[in-house]
Amino acid sequence: MSAVLEVEGLVTGFPSADGRVPVVDDVSLGIDAGEVLALVGESGCGKSMTALSVMRLVPKPGRIEAGRIVLAGRDLRELDVLEMRRVRGHEVSMIFQEPMTSLNPVVRVGDQVVEAIRLHEDVSQAAARARTLELFGQVRIPDPEARLDAYPHQLSGGLKQRVMIAMALSTRPRLLIADEPTTALDVTIQAQILELLRELQRQSGSAILLITHDLGVVNELSDRVAVMYAGKIVEQGSRRDVLGAPRHPYTRGLLRSIPARAEPGAPLAEIPGVVPPPSEWPAGCRFATRCPVRFEPCRDQLPDATALNPGHTAWCHDAARDPEGGS
Amino acid sequence: MLAYVLRRAAYGVLVVLGVLLLLFVLFFQIASPDDVARRALGEKALPEVIEQWKANHGYDRPLWPWQDFSNNMLFEHYRSMLTFDFGRSDADDVVITERLRQGVGPSLALTLPLFVAGISVGIVLSLFVAFFRETYIDRVGVWLCVLGMSVSILLYIMGGQLVIAQWLRWFPISGFDPDPSVVGRFLALPLVIAVLSGVGGDVRFYRTVFLEETNRDYVRTARAKGAGEIRIMARHVLRNALIPILTRVVVAIPFLFMGSLLLESFFGIPGLGSITVDAINGNDFSTLRTMVFIGALLFIVGQIATDVSYALVDPRVRFS
Amino acid sequence: MEPHVISNVVVVLVLLAGFGIAAFVRRNRMWNDALRELWRRRPVAIVVVAIYAGVALLDSAAWMGGVESGEDVVAAHEAKSVLDRLFLGTQEKSYSAPFADAEFYGGADLAHPGSHPFGTDILGRDVLYLTLKGARVALLIGGLTSLIAIPLALLLGVSAGYFGGRLDDAVFFLISTLASIPGLLLLIALIMVMGQSTFSVCIALGVTSWVGLSRVTRGETLKLRELDYVKAARALGVSQLRILVRHILPNLMHLVIITFVLMFSGLVLSEAILSWLGIGVDGSWGQMIDQARDELTRSPIIWWNILASGTALFGLLLAVNFVGDALRDILDPRTLRDQP
Repeated sequence: MSAVLEVEGLVTGFPSADGRVPVVDDVSLGIDAGEVLALVGESGCGKSMTALSVMRLVPKPGRIEAGRIVLAGRDLRELDVLEMRRVRGHEVSMIFQEPMTSLNPVVRVGDQVVEAIRLHEDVSQAAARARTLELFGQVRIPDPEARLDAYPHQLSGGLKQRVMIAMALSTRPRLLIADEPTTALDVTIQAQILELLRELQRQSGSAILLITHDLGVVNELSDRVAVMYAGKIVEQGSRRDVLGAPRHPYTRGLLRSIPARAEPGAPLAEIPGVVPPPSEWPAGCRFATRCPVRFEPCRDQLPDATALNPGHTAWCHDAARDPEGGS
Repeated sequence: MLAYVLRRAAYGVLVVLGVLLLLFVLFFQIASPDDVARRALGEKALPEVIEQWKANHGYDRPLWPWQDFSNNMLFEHYRSMLTFDFGRSDADDVVITERLRQGVGPSLALTLPLFVAGISVGIVLSLFVAFFRETYIDRVGVWLCVLGMSVSILLYIMGGQLVIAQWLRWFPISGFDPDPSVVGRFLALPLVIAVLSGVGGDVRFYRTVFLEETNRDYVRTARAKGAGEIRIMARHVLRNALIPILTRVVVAIPFLFMGSLLLESFFGIPGLGSITVDAINGNDFSTLRTMVFIGALLFIVGQIATDVSYALVDPRVRFS
Repeated sequence: MEPHVISNVVVVLVLLAGFGIAAFVRRNRMWNDALRELWRRRPVAIVVVAIYAGVALLDSAAWMGGVESGEDVVAAHEAKSVLDRLFLGTQEKSYSAPFADAEFYGGADLAHPGSHPFGTDILGRDVLYLTLKGARVALLIGGLTSLIAIPLALLLGVSAGYFGGRLDDAVFFLISTLASIPGLLLLIALIMVMGQSTFSVCIALGVTSWVGLSRVTRGETLKLRELDYVKAARALGVSQLRILVRHILPNLMHLVIITFVLMFSGLVLSEAILSWLGIGVDGSWGQMIDQARDELTRSPIIWWNILASGTALFGLLLAVNFVGDALRDILDPRTLRDQP
């Protein structure tokens, strides 16, 4: 299959008191058509910034400093503003974490979807509205006709997220970026939205870049997984490899801290400490300060990629000294 | 929606009654009719003369209803104000309503264009500055705003009169002529000066509003849709920003009718502002309290209008 | 009590309060950091404000005697401030231009040629001296007004927000009523009925300005009241008064300070307008600007009087506005937008 998106050596930085800090540091990833890639990590690890970089929507004063973002053969970084505008919402769409605030409060939700369609396709108001109605049905908004004229505050969080999904899929994009699409929702609604995303993805064949911190969601939806820590990808591979045979101590820590996997009665495993702020990232492996198996080179030397199974890679000194995975 | 408007209006009526009570305390209790008479006649006026003056001006009743329920100043105050029968001036016995009627025209001639020009210049400039946020254009703009806000309007007026009218002789220094063919010449200078003196504060305020709106999530959504910056500003941001903007605009509504005190008397425009200034200089309390009441009344009406227009702009208010 | 004695007491109190606040800030981490950041961002503006305050204090410490009773017998029996004493014997007879050797109209010789950097006014008083004296008036207006407005606003705003119910309805009605009267008109009405004096101007300014602050404190108290730690304190049976003093008030202080600093320039500008209407405070820059109205129509015009007072007014307000803006950014970037 051909790659829909290929990101190579992406660096996105923000200015700080001591120079620019790269919150996304040399990230490379690829998504094939019809594939779901989950980008996993704790909050503040740079996964949302990676997504916004792909959209070229990094909030000021941050900016993309290096790398290539190739979407269907075109490097998005080389497009001018107008060309990029035609890409956004047309070839790549995005769903955000906060459905409550992501819709314009004073515009009817139907009109907001119609706007998304008519920005990219030369269709009449009526045709766009008909399409919106159809989309509302597809994303299972009950009573779609009436909801077209509703204002955001009249819809529940789950319905708002369905509107966002309808908007994102309205122009049948090659790639859909979903940034924590279920985090702000109730658990029961989360399951419904995930189910919906999976189904729509199968129908439309869009690739999805799914950003989440919830490994349950990853397991539900993804084909491949990339684990991110402190601005860098630390492990990448198929869902089965990464979740089933994780090689980076951070991935293992994440998996161990899922409550469902814990021994009943035993204390829940946790990764000690917190993600350090960008200004305090170690020179070597970013995870060195919290790593249970760190040894000599970890503090000072950046680990290289270690190929494990085909398509399974970890950036870890420990994995490098034992590629077969004894532990 | 109707219930909302009615509720709002009812509270407005209540506030009007409150304002009248406050005015009564100020103008009858704190400055008692005896004080007012003495200020008009001089400290050494004989008691009989004072009583005579009070009787002539209708100030000879007891103040409060518990002193005399059928014949007291409080009820008379409410009656005269609420029926717009403001009586005669304390200073020169002219019927106040008549004077107001003459003043409204010149005041509106100045303030209507000023209102429109002030708002449009403020919004256009602040959109411009907000569009270039985080650049030196923005920083210089904010600097200029603070600079402009720190200058007293007196200096704007005097500087403008000196340079534009006296030295350059582009416009007359002051005066007014209602003839439509020449009225513009008299109004141009006060208009320019008033816009200039207010623009700093306005731009800074609107800029904050626009910046706050452009940082909201729905703007990010609109960008992710592929909407352009100008479209985002016009279609998304401006509509949301209308709410705080309306709030600020309504503060200016009383001055639509009242005229600007300073501008009118500096530029010799015989409007309501000039009448107020004359009332201050002439210790004309009856005219003064009428002006305060009218100002408050206009403001309250304006506020109700704003709240109703909130409901028109913001569906969250409309459907609550 | 003699006015100059009161003035001296105020100077002592201001200095004591200054030391007290400094001691408090030293021990309080948040304020310490905030002021350090303020100093880093706006050193020039702070120095300018401090200079104005210094001049105002110089003009406030006053005592009798020490004046040679030669020409002016009355003046010798008045208390003179440090500033007055610095400018003793600079009196001329009429207008003179900056650094002039002769009077502006007529050209008679000056008693002190070349010694008036901003010239002299119609009565021959040194304009630099008058301008410096205006600093005290401006700070007095700001200070006295906030002494009236802030406690009133806190008392009503906080108790309305915290206790709610009837009290809140009443306070809200009062706020709505006062806020419905256009500010300048209410100011004028208050001063007219009280009779014009420095004190009544300050009371009037206080009455018209507490409303905005009270609205802010009420709104913020409503929010604070619902916070978990306040609820927890209530559940633990902490007395209402103690909750107010320990948990609510300290969390309002930054709003009070920002509002006050931002309000300050409005107060001084209002006073200038009042001066022009003839109901301002004696010796203010507003009055000097007002006098200049006639001077600008003379030929040739007298420009130094308005230049000096206008610049002094502008400089103080600019510095205060910059400090206020920075303070708002540091302490509270969200809650307080410019009040409309």
